[in-house]
Amino acid sequence: MATIKQNIPNAHTRILGIGAYRPSEIVTNDDICQWIESSDEWIVKRTGIHTRHRAPQDVAVLDMAEHAAREALANSGLTGDQLSTIIVSTVTFPYLTPSLAANLADRLGATPAAAYDISAACAGYCYGVAQADALVRSGDSTNVLVIGVEKLSDVIDNTERSISFLLGDGAGAVVIGPSDVPGIGPSVWGSDGSKWDAIRMTHPLTDIRAVEEGRERTHAKDLVDPETGQMRPDATLWPTLRQDGQTVFRWASWEGARVAQEALDAAGLAPEDLAAFVPHQANMRIIDQMAKVLKLPESVIVARDIAEAGNTSAASIPLATHRLLAEHPELSGKPSLQIGFGAGLVYGAQVVLLP
Amino acid sequence: MASKEEILAGLAEIVNEETGLETDAVQLDKSFTEDLDIDSISMMTIVVNAEEKFDVTIPDEEVKNLKTVEDAVNFIDNAQA
Repeated sequence: MATIKQNIPNAHTRILGIGAYRPSEIVTNDDICQWIESSDEWIVKRTGIHTRHRAPQDVAVLDMAEHAAREALANSGLTGDQLSTIIVSTVTFPYLTPSLAANLADRLGATPAAAYDISAACAGYCYGVAQADALVRSGDSTNVLVIGVEKLSDVIDNTERSISFLLGDGAGAVVIGPSDVPGIGPSVWGSDGSKWDAIRMTHPLTDIRAVEEGRERTHAKDLVDPETGQMRPDATLWPTLRQDGQTVFRWASWEGARVAQEALDAAGLAPEDLAAFVPHQANMRIIDQMAKVLKLPESVIVARDIAEAGNTSAASIPLATHRLLAEHPELSGKPSLQIGFGAGLVYGAQVVLLP
Repeated sequence: MASKEEILAGLAEIVNEETGLETDAVQLDKSFTEDLDIDSISMMTIVVNAEEKFDVTIPDEEVKNLKTVEDAVNFIDNAQA
């Protein structure tokens, strides 16, 4: 019987280069207070956020991804045609199909690279790194572009108070390829669908069609007036994001820290071996609580890009890493613990050598 | 198993650690939000620390019912039983 030939695996992988894109429009807390009754002080105290970037209407998710990708490629010393795979994590590409990744591959001159999008919300970048690491080590791919990109301003309702005021737009990208030394630790990733609606869209897209066809739309809990039980008159047909803040805070801070610890243990490192900690930039209070639970020594630089960028979901870890490297170039080549967590609920973490 | 007095004293320590409030300020009739100015995120931190200290489970959906310090002491007391 003939024997199937399998790829020769690569022993090690690492991040070769990184890129980022921050849209030009800056939304301050005072701007937010036009839409909700709040104050700069209240928002800063509860979230640590001072500003967030939001993309103008004529800047598409694809444009943001391309900007970040081009910088990551240049930073890696590679060109688009040297990519074998493109993985894009996003929940805001406005087409259910085809993927953003395939369009991006064409723009970057990467055709015929394998290209696909993944839906893992704020854990999406770490999910992408887990896949890229596995693809390169297996020998199925050589250089993999991983992008986290979000235009969350398209899916928020500025007048609601649970999540919209936290969110910003942006893109971050890395190229992952073969390495002589171990540069990506084992990924610890998973999900807890019992909390599927802790971070959610108000209602399904199919409601738009239902209304068009004269059928009744979903009696979604976020759109119902609790006193009357009737749909609120201002309920939009376009679905927007909501979250149960306390549930998410508790899960992210303590379960998230447990996952981050597992990733650290899996990499065979102790907290003092780390140079940086880059958690998903969800809320400064979660970042602080995680760092406390993990008992990180003061020598570990904690990414706090959220103060300026807000929460950019899948883009937040590469954006925050990009900033850390700009502000602390000495971190290049040093180990960083990264963890993403979000809607699903899903989580993913790994230790990486910074590019 | 902790007595109600011990639960109150333990809660006061947890509140002090989270907010810096004097332990004496944490009295049974005080509202967490109105009197002690504890926001929803600090409340969750207090809840998680209380779970650990008293070896009880306080579900997320229960937290909104814990309006006063007494509510929390009674919940923890019942949960221990």
